[in-house]
Amino acid sequence: MNFMWIQIVLIVAVIAIGAVFMRRTGADNHLAIRRLLFGAFVLVAIVSILFPQWLTWVANLVGVGRGTDLLLYALVLMFLVFVYTQSRRNAADQRRLTLLARKIALLQASRPSEQPDESDADQPESR
Amino acid sequence: MTNPATSDPHTWVVVPLYNEATVIAEVIEGLLPHFPNVVCIDDGSTDGSLDVARRAGAYIVEHPINLGQGAALQTGIDYALTQPGCEYIVTFDADGQHRVEDAVGMVAAARDSGAAIVFGSRFLDDRTNPGVMKRVILKTAVWVTNMTTSVKLTDAHNGLRVIRADAARGIQLQQDRMAHATEIVLQLGHTGLPWIEYPVELLYTDYSKSKGQSVLNSVNILVDLIVR
Repeated sequence: MNFMWIQIVLIVAVIAIGAVFMRRTGADNHLAIRRLLFGAFVLVAIVSILFPQWLTWVANLVGVGRGTDLLLYALVLMFLVFVYTQSRRNAADQRRLTLLARKIALLQASRPSEQPDESDADQPESR
Repeated sequence: MTNPATSDPHTWVVVPLYNEATVIAEVIEGLLPHFPNVVCIDDGSTDGSLDVARRAGAYIVEHPINLGQGAALQTGIDYALTQPGCEYIVTFDADGQHRVEDAVGMVAAARDSGAAIVFGSRFLDDRTNPGVMKRVILKTAVWVTNMTTSVKLTDAHNGLRVIRADAARGIQLQQDRMAHATEIVLQLGHTGLPWIEYPVELLYTDYSKSKGQSVLNSVNILVDLIVR
């Protein structure tokens, strides 16, 4: 009966994570697509947990020996996709940060002091 | 040509500034007799460059965080374009490797020839000797720039340029770090405005050498250009 317990734990975890990721997070560009993908993931994951031999059957179908190998390849693929989307997001964030910082810099721009010699006190803009 | 009477109020000199406290005052003081409008874009310097530049009599725009030289250049161009009477923008490095005489000559050349853009080039005559390694790197950068832009230059990554206001409005640099030097050529090429090159001398002092771009950095520049 050992394997039953791990199956229950895994299924609960998959459903919980699926539910979390399907929530509305505020910045939703592709919410519907994401929900569909996660729904499919949860389904496939549960089937694989309940019937591990099914995964091996799918693996054989695409020319992979064992289901666990297929799982590993899928994991690597998902990781690369994750790295890609994350770097795209970083670049976009950096861009927005640059534009924001530029706006602040331009708002706080200061002219040269009227008397350039020694009189630093008359600089209301300086901090 | 070096007469202070030729002070040019319609030209703005944009100086991206990052940790150049030891030389920036000299650079600004050299520029001011010819160009009363010098704006330093401090890119988050940590060595007090900002105060030195302010005391030297420059306009100051301060990035709240370090963004990179390309970002600083863009900020400076944006600032200069908002200033009334701005006809030309000169981009000038803060490390003292450009000659003010060249900048004056380039603005005069822009006015005389009607060119909207004047690129400084250290390879039009023999005055500048960058050394073998640096020459190879620079020539590679030139080659890449010429492959990717419609503008065929003899020098790339030369910070000394004169850009007329209408051409400057066509610049919107996305490359915050060093690859902006090619990007700016690309975008100026897209404006379709007439351009010329002008022979300049670069002063390779020990100081500027110690600050110059390393070989590894040029790898970054190349990859940045290919992978956009």
